[in-house]
Amino acid sequence: MLRSSQPLTGPNRKRCREDEMLLGTVLDEGERGFIIDTRSAQAAKQARMTGGGTEPKSSYPQWKRLHWPLERGRPLQESFIKLVEACNDASINMDRWLSRLESSRWLSHVKAALSTACLAAQCMDREEASVLVHGAEGTDTTLLVTALAQVILDPSCRTLGGFQGLLEREWIEAGHPFHLRCARSAYSHARLKQEAPLFLLFLDCVWQLSRQFPFSLEFSERLLLTLFDNAYASAYGTFLCNNEKERRESTHSLWAWLNQPGEKTKYLNPLYSHNALVIWPSVEPQSIQLWQGLFFRWIRSPQYLDEAWAEIQRLLEGN
Amino acid sequence: VENVRLLDRLSSRKATLGTLYLTATHVIFVENGSEGRKETWVLHSQISSIEKQATTATGCPLLIRCKNFQVIQLVIPQERDCHDVYISLIRLARPVKYEELYCFSFNPKLDKEEREQGWKLVDLTEEYNRMGVPNNYWQISDVNRDYGVCDSYPTEVYVPKSATAHIIVGSSKFRSRRRFPALSYYCKDNNASICRSSQPLSGFSARCLEDEQMLQAIRKANPGSDFLYVVDTRPKLNAMANRAAGKGYENEDNYSNIKFQFIGIENIHVMRNSLQKMLEVCELKSPSMSDFLWGLENSGWLKHIKAIMDAGIFIAKAVAEEGVSVLVHCSDGWDRTAQVCSVASLLLDPYYRTMKGFMVLIEKDWVSFGHKFNHRYGNLDGDPKEISPVIDQFIECVWQLMEQFPCAFEFNERFLIHIQHHIYSCQFGNFLCNSQKERRELKIQERTYSLWAHLWKNRADYLNPLYRPDHSQTQGTLHPQMAPCNFLYKFWSGMYNRFEKGLHPRQSVTDYLMAVKEETQQLEEELEVLRERLANLQKSQLNDNKAKSKRQDRSKELGLSTANNSLANTPQEYSNDLKSFPSRSPSQGDEEDSALILTQDNLKSSDPDLSANSDQESGVEDLSCRSPSGGGCLPSEDSGKDSDEAVFLAV
Repeated sequence: MLRSSQPLTGPNRKRCREDEMLLGTVLDEGERGFIIDTRSAQAAKQARMTGGGTEPKSSYPQWKRLHWPLERGRPLQESFIKLVEACNDASINMDRWLSRLESSRWLSHVKAALSTACLAAQCMDREEASVLVHGAEGTDTTLLVTALAQVILDPSCRTLGGFQGLLEREWIEAGHPFHLRCARSAYSHARLKQEAPLFLLFLDCVWQLSRQFPFSLEFSERLLLTLFDNAYASAYGTFLCNNEKERRESTHSLWAWLNQPGEKTKYLNPLYSHNALVIWPSVEPQSIQLWQGLFFRWIRSPQYLDEAWAEIQRLLEGN
Repeated sequence: VENVRLLDRLSSRKATLGTLYLTATHVIFVENGSEGRKETWVLHSQISSIEKQATTATGCPLLIRCKNFQVIQLVIPQERDCHDVYISLIRLARPVKYEELYCFSFNPKLDKEEREQGWKLVDLTEEYNRMGVPNNYWQISDVNRDYGVCDSYPTEVYVPKSATAHIIVGSSKFRSRRRFPALSYYCKDNNASICRSSQPLSGFSARCLEDEQMLQAIRKANPGSDFLYVVDTRPKLNAMANRAAGKGYENEDNYSNIKFQFIGIENIHVMRNSLQKMLEVCELKSPSMSDFLWGLENSGWLKHIKAIMDAGIFIAKAVAEEGVSVLVHCSDGWDRTAQVCSVASLLLDPYYRTMKGFMVLIEKDWVSFGHKFNHRYGNLDGDPKEISPVIDQFIECVWQLMEQFPCAFEFNERFLIHIQHHIYSCQFGNFLCNSQKERRELKIQERTYSLWAHLWKNRADYLNPLYRPDHSQTQGTLHPQMAPCNFLYKFWSGMYNRFEKGLHPRQSVTDYLMAVKEETQQLEEELEVLRERLANLQKSQLNDNKAKSKRQDRSKELGLSTANNSLANTPQEYSNDLKSFPSRSPSQGDEEDSALILTQDNLKSSDPDLSANSDQESGVEDLSCRSPSGGGCLPSEDSGKDSDEAVFLAV
């Protein structure tokens, strides 16, 4: 699986021999690959006007292009804000709750993200074909898809250590601009142009996987919530800045703290048992639920669910 | 009929070829293929509707919808065969006599005494005693011993000490269907009680001294409170409309010291339509998130569930926190009243959250108090307007509570699903007819078996591993959050998409934890034995070694080794029609999938289906497809009742 940003084809349909050769080296003679473009066909075409574009079939004959549009940027932030508003609105009665939830479109975005990641995984696992994922900049929806696909495909990404490694590779080193994307979160009145909750969307998708495969992830919901917190405001330097170049070494790493023996146990899933196989989630609407642990975190008492987890822990420890 | 195809609902590409059989009690589809032929059994009682669709090139499609939400799509090659099957199923799914029902032929190979013991498992007199009655405030009345006062009530009812036979009879004449106020739940901690009845025949101005005395008697039976709540579970408009028909509700001016309250749960017609709409959403092919959420909201189903729950919470609060007794009624006091009283009892008393207690609760508030099982769930062919998912809603309320309080119930989701299944299956006699009187006349207990005994025998499958009687969550009253809590109500895909395995987590946490619990228990017992031995004997090397190897074997038996938890699953169709996947069908590797469904580990989490092999002993009589004697068209499902009309159908 490869990732990149969009090719700079531009309105004059420029070609680049080196780019074609690079992609050529990935595939053997007669082999076929898939390009998953996270923009709609129309958006990708329009990108040409501003110097971007798509890989023309003639120049990349072994690659088949699929468009699976994912929301990003401003609209995704609006979706997040609307959802948080709906969750905090105590005046909505049951008559209107689901349509308010729906109008935020957040769950649709979760469904789309999971579906696209599954598609990428399917290409690799079932079709045994290589996959190139890109959107426009290669820093947002691209990373969402590649990271999620790896959780689905690779059991080592589902361990606590492996997941941290995945985040380092696919989000931090890959240059997701955390500083810009996770600036103010949902309550702020400042509607910053560059703000968008892609990382949260990723965490939500991982949570959906943990719900559908309760034994297959070594880490618990608590880790996901901690990551969410730290992406927006952190005592550690892990999610600071926008890319490796900007990051300084003079801060402490979140991972170092999390991995301390005393801390670590809080983030482990007591039900975990190594699952060597690919986990294919259901993306039917009934299978995708609102992440209550995050969105209702401060609204509803987690007491009863915490007690349930404590009981699960007790049962497993007793054994 | 041979060469019939069974289509998979989620993946239209998947179809299995097999043979269709019709027996006196079941429809059976047997897959072709030599090894482990999968069989799908459907009881005729479960069939809700059959739809013959337009013949296509591949054959004649037949859609069977079941009351337990199973949907079976068959394609029969010959139109003539399809028509025969259709006509036969219509006749078989619409029995006219009780004797046609499965419970009268079902034979679990128990002797007469075992059958009798099974019926004795749930004893209501014992239950009322457990509650603390009869006592200084409450007595048993035998005024209805021959069903002479109210034919839908049980022979034994509990009434306040000061309610004489004269008062009871007088009150019954002033109540719809003669369903006078009687005790449903008594709280011995504070003498508050929940009583139930039907609506008074008050019209605009009628009064009845005895009925007023009856309510006063109930109030007086609770010395700790100087007033009584009267809760009418109907929307105010409906109740007012009933006055024009000579019925209505209690006027606070006429009844001393009552506080009257409307709660506003819709009637059976609204609920029937609501379920219908929700099932239509479930049948959508590849719905978007929007389609699903809009459809679900449009059906109003969760709103109704919440309304029932809120009513139960109100009553539980009145009893537990205010110490005030409550009289609950709706129109006839056998639908919404039953729902609301049983939810309230469940919240108040941890006993009803145990397996045995839950059976007792249903026996008390639903079976004994004359909920019309036959009419509501269509045991026999009847008026489609009487059909309504009343008990289904109560069962869902219980599930919603289980999701909010995972440690509070002794039983698990499977218990609820199986109970719902058997309410419609008519495999056991508990839920037949419309009243205790009718069941006794048919001698149900002598001719059929009790579901409770069957469930009790298999109770290991129904336990909640997180339940502990000493846990804080299981004790005392449950306090569900009232607001804001819309989000707490989830769509129950375990029930409404029960048969779509692809939608549910493949690995059951409940089953895994139960296995762990069992193993721990066994290990602890073993440890005890070993400790004893060690104390009695000198240290024997031989004994230690024997014990070690035994322990290893056992954990393998219980399937706790890692290998068994790595269950392969297959990808669904992630691409929709517009983006058809370029090459090989992703559904290859299905052989893996279906093989796994039948392994030991999965058998528990998928249904050990109930219409399935283990129960069929004598059910299979002949394998030929019968043609009907009568037959005709299915009555069209009542879908278009407008709300104005619904208001006046005060059922």
